[in-house]
Amino acid sequence: MSDVAASKIPVTVLTGYLGAGKTTLLNRILSENHGKKYAVIVNEFGEIGIDNDLIIGADEEVFEMNNGCVCCTVRGDLVRILDGLMKRKGKFDAIILETTGLADPAPVAQTFFVDEDVREKTSLDAVVTVADAKWLSARLKDAPEAKNQIAFADVIVLNKTDLVSKAELAEVEARIRGINPYAKLHRTERCQVALNDVLDRKAFDLDRILEIEPEFLGESDHHDHDHDHDHDHHDHGHDHAHGHGHSHGGLKHYHDEDMKSLSLKTEKPLDANKFMPWLQALVASDGQSILRSKGILSFKDDDDRYVFQGVHMMIEGDHQREWKADEPRVSRLVFIGRELPEQKIRDGFEKCIA
Amino acid sequence: MTSFNSDNPASIVSVTDRVRKVELPQSATALHFLGDSAGFVGVENSISFANASGNVSTHEIHDGGILCTVSDGKRIVTGGDDGKLVTVDASGATETIASDAKRRWIDNVALHPDGAIAWSAGKTAFVRPTKGDEKSLDVVSTVGGLAFAPKGLRLAVAHYNGVTLWFPNMAAKPEVLEWKGSHLGVTFSDDNKFLVTTMHESALHGWRLADNRHMRMTGYPSRVRSMSWTADGKHLATSGADTVIVWPFTSKDGPMGKEPAMLAPLQAKVTVVACHPKNDILAAGYSNGMVLMVRMQDGAEILVRRNDDAPVSALAWNAKGSLLGFASENGDAGLLTL
Ligand SMILES: [Zn+2]
Repeated sequence: MSDVAASKIPVTVLTGYLGAGKTTLLNRILSENHGKKYAVIVNEFGEIGIDNDLIIGADEEVFEMNNGCVCCTVRGDLVRILDGLMKRKGKFDAIILETTGLADPAPVAQTFFVDEDVREKTSLDAVVTVADAKWLSARLKDAPEAKNQIAFADVIVLNKTDLVSKAELAEVEARIRGINPYAKLHRTERCQVALNDVLDRKAFDLDRILEIEPEFLGESDHHDHDHDHDHDHHDHGHDHAHGHGHSHGGLKHYHDEDMKSLSLKTEKPLDANKFMPWLQALVASDGQSILRSKGILSFKDDDDRYVFQGVHMMIEGDHQREWKADEPRVSRLVFIGRELPEQKIRDGFEKCIA
Repeated sequence: MTSFNSDNPASIVSVTDRVRKVELPQSATALHFLGDSAGFVGVENSISFANASGNVSTHEIHDGGILCTVSDGKRIVTGGDDGKLVTVDASGATETIASDAKRRWIDNVALHPDGAIAWSAGKTAFVRPTKGDEKSLDVVSTVGGLAFAPKGLRLAVAHYNGVTLWFPNMAAKPEVLEWKGSHLGVTFSDDNKFLVTTMHESALHGWRLADNRHMRMTGYPSRVRSMSWTADGKHLATSGADTVIVWPFTSKDGPMGKEPAMLAPLQAKVTVVACHPKNDILAAGYSNGMVLMVRMQDGAEILVRRNDDAPVSALAWNAKGSLLGFASENGDAGLLTL
């Protein structure tokens, strides 16, 4: 897979709420002296100043798949545009797709799961979300799109940090982590971020799922220990729609009420014959609420690591490589979603242990 | 003509030594014959004409990539990502016949036998009749494909969730044939009785135009990108599987309740099909680079190009049926005289 992936054109999705600084980041990427040529797919064609040879206007046409499910969607315009761009392969090294501030990243990602021609010639590199440090907290309350974009992100560029106090910055970071503890987070002013922090991330490459583990592990361990606190909302009596915070040793910790992540872990080997049907049944029944999923799995009587990732109901997985001799065979799963059926997922996972 | 061998595939008849190699400056995505001159449409912005003696002349057509092409045998019409619609004749002379005001991509183009031209940019389909004013029609989504009906000035515009049938010279509201999903290519049967679309999913959809009855043609392992009607107009050959799938349209029900013929199976996907204009023969190109001629009647095969792992990207016959041309994604191209 890696050899083939190497020849594919990487596509970086640039998302973020209106005014967060997407265009600033885009122009930084394009103007930096990196010797690379980008094809840029933008919306609101012609309204923004982008200096690039190859700019294509997109319509963000979200098409439902024929299974009658509202979460199974693709970007019809993207299929067409990538097909057209591939006829000019060799004229550019990578593609950057900027979405509107109101866009849901899922249909873009799902296009790379289901469209054979798109998969053959391009690879989704990462979803990069630009967030406004000053206004994000407010947007998370009133704009479901903003929350989606944070939940979906592989990389979050927290911009305009010079416009907020230290306390406000800690507050907004805690809110981001309450939704998505796994994304790489970069604090910036005027989107001053190293380009290799946003480009060439290979966040959707199954072979690279290992390499996102530091974030994946570090914070999720912390998260796991904290998960047993009392969730009895009647005692709290606060507004659930806005999430709630509590402190652990001075670090503020938020749980967004409807969007959250769930991490599962076991050192006992899993039964592949139970796990795969369980995962498939889970995404079939609850895929609408699961935005993203990822996992590294250790199966009984199997010396290979199995890795998978998914967007809503679409899952792809593969045997990756042999477990190394000194490597603990630990299975880990992560789900990010809206109103995740947490107990159901935990119970189902327990039953997959061999 | 070389005789077909139907008994023993292992000793398949080969005409590969009779193929004349065509040296192209860039690999070709489409091929149209203007008389005996083969017009190879390049991946970038040019068309290369190869004449009978093997000379190649290349002409730049667009200030950008060529996205769509069509030909009536006298001219090639191309749409580009420079927003232009251009006609090209066999001498390579070009004429820009339309420029999109917003420089949008020209995604689709179709030609009527009487000379009318249709094209699309975004959600808008345009028709320029041979006489009278240019007309346009906006549909619900970006246009996936265009086709003129064989009779009258009637245009099929494929889009998300169906096809719009439009008489550009009539005031009547266009008719919409609905079927959920994204419709890309579109074609009328020669007798004007059936309309067939290729869908974004791996299936064809069809309508019997007398009563708009649906026809589902499914079972493909991958998307159908190439369709070609047989010389008698009664069968539709398609790509998308590891055999050529040929649907019968011989009865009033079209392919409904009938099995398609499955010809020339290989361990590779059919990428492009082209039916001979006069005889019961078709040519098929595969994802492994192989090109075969197949006799419809019994599936007998002749090898035209060996496999080399570069998918066949274009395949066409000249109008007389005396020349077969092909091109593959690695830039290789050839002509076979029958
Ligand atoms: Zn769904």
